[in-house]
Amino acid sequence: MTSKTTPASASSSTPRRSNILTLMMLACLVYFLLPLFWLVVSATKDNGSLFSTFGLWFGGGFHLFGNLRDVFTYNDGIYGRWLLNTALYAGISSVGSAFLAALGGYAFAKFRFPGRNLLFSIVLGSIMVPSTVLTIPTYLLFSKIGLVNTPLAVIIPMLLSPFGIYLMRVYADGAVPDSLLDAARVDGAGALRTFWQVGFRLMLPGFVTVLLFQLVASWNNYFLPLIMLNNPKLYPVTIGLAQWQSQAGGLGGAHALFSIVITGSLVSVLPLVAAFLLLQRYWQGGLATGAVKD
Amino acid sequence: MSQTVPPAAARRVPPPVVPKSRRPWRSSTREALTAYGFVAPFMVLFAALLVVPLCYAGYLSLFRSQLVGGDVFAGLDNYRRALDDPLFREGVLRMARFLVVQVPVMLAASLLFALALDSGRLRFPRLIRLGIFVPYAIPSVIAALMWGYLYGPDFGPFAQLARDVGLGTPGFLSPHWILASLANIVTWEFVGYNMIIMFAALQSVSPTLYEAAAVDGAGAFRVAWHIKIPAIRPALLLSVIFSVIGTFQLFNEPKLLSALAPQAINTSYTPNMYAYTLVFTNQEVNYSSAVSFLLGAVIVVVSYAVQLASQRKARRS
Repeated sequence: MTSKTTPASASSSTPRRSNILTLMMLACLVYFLLPLFWLVVSATKDNGSLFSTFGLWFGGGFHLFGNLRDVFTYNDGIYGRWLLNTALYAGISSVGSAFLAALGGYAFAKFRFPGRNLLFSIVLGSIMVPSTVLTIPTYLLFSKIGLVNTPLAVIIPMLLSPFGIYLMRVYADGAVPDSLLDAARVDGAGALRTFWQVGFRLMLPGFVTVLLFQLVASWNNYFLPLIMLNNPKLYPVTIGLAQWQSQAGGLGGAHALFSIVITGSLVSVLPLVAAFLLLQRYWQGGLATGAVKD
Repeated sequence: MSQTVPPAAARRVPPPVVPKSRRPWRSSTREALTAYGFVAPFMVLFAALLVVPLCYAGYLSLFRSQLVGGDVFAGLDNYRRALDDPLFREGVLRMARFLVVQVPVMLAASLLFALALDSGRLRFPRLIRLGIFVPYAIPSVIAALMWGYLYGPDFGPFAQLARDVGLGTPGFLSPHWILASLANIVTWEFVGYNMIIMFAALQSVSPTLYEAAAVDGAGAFRVAWHIKIPAIRPALLLSVIFSVIGTFQLFNEPKLLSALAPQAINTSYTPNMYAYTLVFTNQEVNYSSAVSFLLGAVIVVVSYAVQLASQRKARRS
């Protein structure tokens, strides 16, 4: 690449666009979008044309709506229930965990108190604890108090987000100026009101980041519900689809489930992709803060 | 959004008295109490969901359950058994192999993409950034499912193409290729996530740092290598450590693919799958706890080694 010996003033203007670099990146983009393209194409095919037509292009008629009807009616329409379960579990636990992380992160950033560094180090160190080490004993403990096989069994463990509290602390450090808090205090606002009306507002992009990433973590969770739930009516959509998929393979000749599994997968990924696209302004800013400090 | 106020925090709010000093909460027990109120909800949950299960698992790992006589204290027998267990050792070594190949490839790709985005020379930067990131929003179950079908010998498009040109059916799901196929899925899922973290870090590097270099005649590659990459070392370290943690815990992708390739992926293919099998198939809760603890120890040691190496390198340069 040519060295640009232009004065500093020129470098603030945008550099020359490179067609070669753009083409190389677009070629890479094909790799990342290929499976999703395949998913969309395959959701328009019935079981017969899945096998008889080329996988990466349309063919054999347009069966998307028929497939959608099949997905939502198969097994007495349990798929809709799975989707609702996922939305419920992921919604509650992500809002809850982001809120707890915001409260805690704000305190770690903005107050001095004995044990602050010790507590924070312990929380941060816990990021390294593997989820299996926790999930199996949590399952055993939950089964003792009768929580296993209830929605709470998959919601409660997801309320804890050590990385979330780390991110919120870094964010509060950067985004909430002490002078503003002091002003609120001088005005006689209590600690909680100061947090809610000043701190939390300024931490909102960080809050949305934690919320979104925790939403992904719960929405996409497989290990925890696999262990905690065995009632199909309580399954989130990941467990349900995995179960349908294992049946689809097992049925051999009567592979009536392939198109259902594929279309069900497509439906289940749409909400999160939409959430990321709609909220990108927030989470990209929030992540930027988390990535800078360490 | 829940507006509920944690009771502990509410009780400890200082009354809105007219403050004497300019910073009435500072350097006082009241400030400490307020702070404890704020962190209490999280810390209570932390104790209940992390400390207690961890201690319980540690306790379980020291016992052995017998058909007659119930649980008997076994000391470190379970750990000794795990260290000698070829199934556990194979799983850990397999993940180590996965780690040394997949993580560098994935992070190098993430870094290249992040540098390309940061260079400002791309057309459609937003489209490219979001397109590469989108797989992160896909559940790993669905990712494994999609790639499983794509790899598949029946209606997988790669198999269809290979047959059309007379190459025969490729064995993506064969025992020989399965680890590479898994690595591809994980790479596909996480390149974008790591790219976004690195890109965010690059964006916050002060331009004055490399404007001077540009004046001195340094090319874009030299600026990237000598200025930009060292400047985002903390973000890179974070990515490496998260990848280490994630790799050793691999479960969803191999578990899903094992339905398609039962002869290539057994029930102890990864340490996590082994711990799961021990509890839910073999009913060996005590032994499984020891296996999980050893896995945790491996993760802590490797993460720590990565951090040390990075610090030493930072000091040298």
